Amino acid sequence: MTAAFALLVAACAPGVLSPAGPVASGERTILFNALAIMMLIVVPTITVTLAFAWWFRAGNKRATYRPTWSYSGRIELLVWSVPALIVIFLAGLTWIGTHQLAPERPLVSKVRPMTVQVVALDWKWLFIYPEQGIATVNRLVIPAGTPIAFRITSGTVMNSFFVPQLGSQIYAMSGMDAKLHLQADRPGRFNGLSAHYSGEGFADMDFVVEAVPPAQFAGWIARTKAAGPSLDDAHLAALSKSTVNVAPHAYRAVMSGLYDRIVANAGVSAHEESRSGREDNHVR
Amino acid sequence: MSDAAPADPHQLGHGEVPGDQRGPAPKRIVVGYGFWIFLLSDFIMFAAFFAAYAVLVGETAGGPRGADLFDLTLVGWETALLLLSSFACGLTGLAMIADRRGLFQIAMAVTGILGAAFLCLELYEFTHLIGEGAGPSRSAFLSAFFALVGCHGLHVFLGLLWLTTMMAQVQAKGFREDIRRRIACFSLFWHALDIIWVALLTVVYLLGTAA
Amino acid sequence: MFGRLGWDSVPWEQPLPLVAFGMAALCILALIGWTWRAGHMPYIWREWITSVDHKRIGVMYCILAAVMLLRGFSDALLMRAQQAIAYASPGYLPPDHYDQIFTAHGVMMIFFVAMPFMIGLMNFAVPLQLGIRDVAFPTLNSVSFWLTAAGALLVNISLVIGEFAKTGWVVYPPLSELRFSPGVGVDYYLWALQVSGVGTLLSGVNLVTTILKMRAPGMGYTRMPMFCWTSLATNLLIVAAFPILTATLAMLTLDRYLGFHFFTNELGGNQMMFVNLIWAWGHPEVYILILPAFGIFSEVVSTFSGKPLFGYRSMILATMAICLLSFMVWLHHFFTMGAGADVNGFFGISTMIIAVPTGVKVFNWIFTMYGGRIRYTSMMLWSVGFIVTFVIGGMTGVLLAVPPADFVLHNSLFLVAHFHNIVIPGVLFGAFAGLTYWWPKAFGFTLDEKWGKRSFWFWLSGFYLAFMPLYVLGLMGMTRRLQHYDVPGWHPWLVAAAGGAVLIACGIACQIVMFVVSIRGRHDRVDTSGDPWDGRTLEWSTTSPPPIFNFAVLPDVRGEEAYWGLKSTARENRALSEKPDYEEIEMPRNSPTGIVSAFFATAMGFALVWHIWWLVIVGFLGAWATFVVFAWRDDAEYVIPADEVERRDRLRRQGKADLLGVPDEALA
Repeated sequence: MTAAFALLVAACAPGVLSPAGPVASGERTILFNALAIMMLIVVPTITVTLAFAWWFRAGNKRATYRPTWSYSGRIELLVWSVPALIVIFLAGLTWIGTHQLAPERPLVSKVRPMTVQVVALDWKWLFIYPEQGIATVNRLVIPAGTPIAFRITSGTVMNSFFVPQLGSQIYAMSGMDAKLHLQADRPGRFNGLSAHYSGEGFADMDFVVEAVPPAQFAGWIARTKAAGPSLDDAHLAALSKSTVNVAPHAYRAVMSGLYDRIVANAGVSAHEESRSGREDNHVR
Repeated sequence: MSDAAPADPHQLGHGEVPGDQRGPAPKRIVVGYGFWIFLLSDFIMFAAFFAAYAVLVGETAGGPRGADLFDLTLVGWETALLLLSSFACGLTGLAMIADRRGLFQIAMAVTGILGAAFLCLELYEFTHLIGEGAGPSRSAFLSAFFALVGCHGLHVFLGLLWLTTMMAQVQAKGFREDIRRRIACFSLFWHALDIIWVALLTVVYLLGTAA
Repeated sequence: MFGRLGWDSVPWEQPLPLVAFGMAALCILALIGWTWRAGHMPYIWREWITSVDHKRIGVMYCILAAVMLLRGFSDALLMRAQQAIAYASPGYLPPDHYDQIFTAHGVMMIFFVAMPFMIGLMNFAVPLQLGIRDVAFPTLNSVSFWLTAAGALLVNISLVIGEFAKTGWVVYPPLSELRFSPGVGVDYYLWALQVSGVGTLLSGVNLVTTILKMRAPGMGYTRMPMFCWTSLATNLLIVAAFPILTATLAMLTLDRYLGFHFFTNELGGNQMMFVNLIWAWGHPEVYILILPAFGIFSEVVSTFSGKPLFGYRSMILATMAICLLSFMVWLHHFFTMGAGADVNGFFGISTMIIAVPTGVKVFNWIFTMYGGRIRYTSMMLWSVGFIVTFVIGGMTGVLLAVPPADFVLHNSLFLVAHFHNIVIPGVLFGAFAGLTYWWPKAFGFTLDEKWGKRSFWFWLSGFYLAFMPLYVLGLMGMTRRLQHYDVPGWHPWLVAAAGGAVLIACGIACQIVMFVVSIRGRHDRVDTSGDPWDGRTLEWSTTSPPPIFNFAVLPDVRGEEAYWGLKSTARENRALSEKPDYEEIEMPRNSPTGIVSAFFATAMGFALVWHIWWLVIVGFLGAWATFVVFAWRDDAEYVIPADEVERRDRLRRQGKADLLGVPDEALA
């Protein structure tokens, strides 16, 4: 029944239950395992609750009324020890799974990892490809079957970089350099979003992830480097302004060390007070 | 809720009744107990400020560190003033037990003057630091410093307001039972501020200068 | 002169908040006007507003909670409607509004619905259950209530003067710092919570002292009712956790007002420290919300099963274990902040460990029902509905406690479903059950059961329809707080969720009808005996409502379930217990200290929000003056003469004699 439910959910909209990579896969497995273990307690508990609630109703003359029965050593032992044992078992799974699926842990793969640097801005995502020297906004193209080593920061408030079908999210915070390793096992298009509310344009922080075969990826890199603007200071300033609904686009060159600079320069000192007490819409 | 007989004020003779079954405690004990619980909550609030200080102590943003700023002589004087003030506060308690109103008022006045002197020195310290460009908006470390030490200073200030109110109360109404309870609470508060100061002195000033 | 307050601080161009405020103002003025014309004002002032009686204060807390429930729920309806409509569409609520609404919904529900409900019920019932006359510090109790109301008032004022925060209910920096939230919204949040937070902390001190130092003679720790044990744990948590909130909000306030750098991006501030501090308070806070509800269910289930609570001592152990462990799990609110596998693993496991004593409590309720003779009043329905639904919510909590699972579910609608799955069946159903249970004790007549049961079925079905789809949506990758979206697969589930909200609205409508019908027909539903449910704890030994002094003579408690023992003995001996010697009783005088100090606190809070510095000073001086005036009074108590005490007790004994079918000793 759980499998049928999962299929139903996956059919409606792909997400956590339709993994496209090893991290998401591992996380779905652990979710199902934990669920199965918890069901061992929850299903009997709910069944017994409803059974007792029904059988011992006042109108049922066949039920034995035990007005002074309020202690049983055996039951106490059972209700403390069975959950404790289940928790111990679950704890073991948790410890192992947490270490195996730690975001900063590189993926086991024969393929050399590729680095992508991610900067959360208001209200768009900037993806920098330091090894290829290009950058994109709101569109992440990656080679399928290649582990991607993400480095994630924010040029603004807290966000969370999340591609549900590829697995773990992690907070994007200014001044911080978060490490996350994900991989798309097969080509496909996946939804990406920010999973931490970041202000007025938050709902527009979705982006597209395209996993393509490695040969196609190389071609895309080449085409991107051939035309289009360069991510220089002027373009960066424009990106740093508060805008929503930014169409995906690419930059054929990017200033070297830009990501490290953004991490180091977290924030600008400024004091603004709103005159009327209410924030003027769309103004920062 | 009447007080127990004076011959056995803490009901110690009732050995056969377990401690948790003796009924509601006398008002004096209830008030003191409740005030202790409040003080413990206040300690936890200070603990949060201490924790923030510990996290931010290294975040000097290229600016001055504690060792560059703290004047231990000044801090020594502040400590002396506060501890003497607590001693005077202890004398107020003795005066109250001995029912000597005049002595009580003098001891309270000394407590207040010493406490006010402490605050003056601290105010001088703060304005001096701000004047040197080491104010709370200079760095996270200085924010944490000013907030922690300032929070203690704010408590001392509120304590002085309480002190003057108690002096006025005793002058107007004498050592009535409820006023005695309030004086006991005030003493607890004043001594608690001393305890916080000792922690402050150690964690902020001494450890900061040693680093 | 007025700081940054100006004419354009009122949202003249936005009809919705102005109309809502206008209607609310009209209702309030009409209510006040009617009360005045009918001559009830002196009574209201004397008997309610200036009351220091824990019973009256408890009722006022519950009234505040009920009114704010309507406010918070209307926000919920607005949000569900927006999300049902906003597929590939901007919907009808622009982000500026929507973001304030979801922030206000969370703040109001937690601080001004759940907390006041629980604190109100604890205030009402704990002194009665302990067999005493009032809490340790009655006037402080009044101050606590009025400060809470002041906080609620400030949040409501922000609807129409200025705006509310747009950051989510936990106001994470950097978004909540001045740079990214330059308006007054976050300031309203900060001062409303500081003011009401003082009230809550003082209430915690009050109840801890009461429970530990002021029980009736003979009531040792292991003879206290379960509700008093959970109240003890709750108030210990309040005393230990709320100071952290005070400090953290103060730090953010210093950042915003005086340019400090606790949490700013620049000059060394640390946003992650805010997250740690706020959840070090935040996790104990949710146990503060749920533990009293657990206590209510313990009382209700044992009363209506006709048996003592199963495993009383192990319940105590489980309660205190939860109390302690609740301080060791806070990081599970931010597994995705990157603390590393060891830290994440530790906190994941500690979170699971806390599920063990919680599970023990559930089993003990189930075994209380076993061998019982269960009467299905609305209160018992709320309880069984709670057990079944809460277990599901607890399960999803344990799932989220596994860090790798949390990595894909954090901040999604799965999380939103989980915590509503805990709070609604736990805190709200508990509040409804407790309200119905103690209502006759407070007012002398019972509530209409028919409408009560109808409201239960609407709430239960509405809850499932509103929140089960959210679990599915979370698994489909939908995150929380989205003002619009364009994934087609999400749309039908959000429409279903909106339908669930409508069902809950029907449940609330039934509750309103229940109150109207019950109050109108109260003369037909009088509780003459003081014990309408065949209760087991001491509050049922008093009349309904009890006299202001609760007990003519403090009971001498001999065992667990003090009142049940008294009743059993009376039934065996076919006589009530011996008439005691009556003495005069001293009771604390009423005092306007509470409302006056709250007035000044509101003025100070408002002035701080708008930078009206002279008003801040005036407010502070006013508050200090209020306390000095209170301290100066010579006449703190009044005396109830012994014969009045005897007269009241004679009525009580008559009611009990009739209930138990034993002879009235006055005739013997």
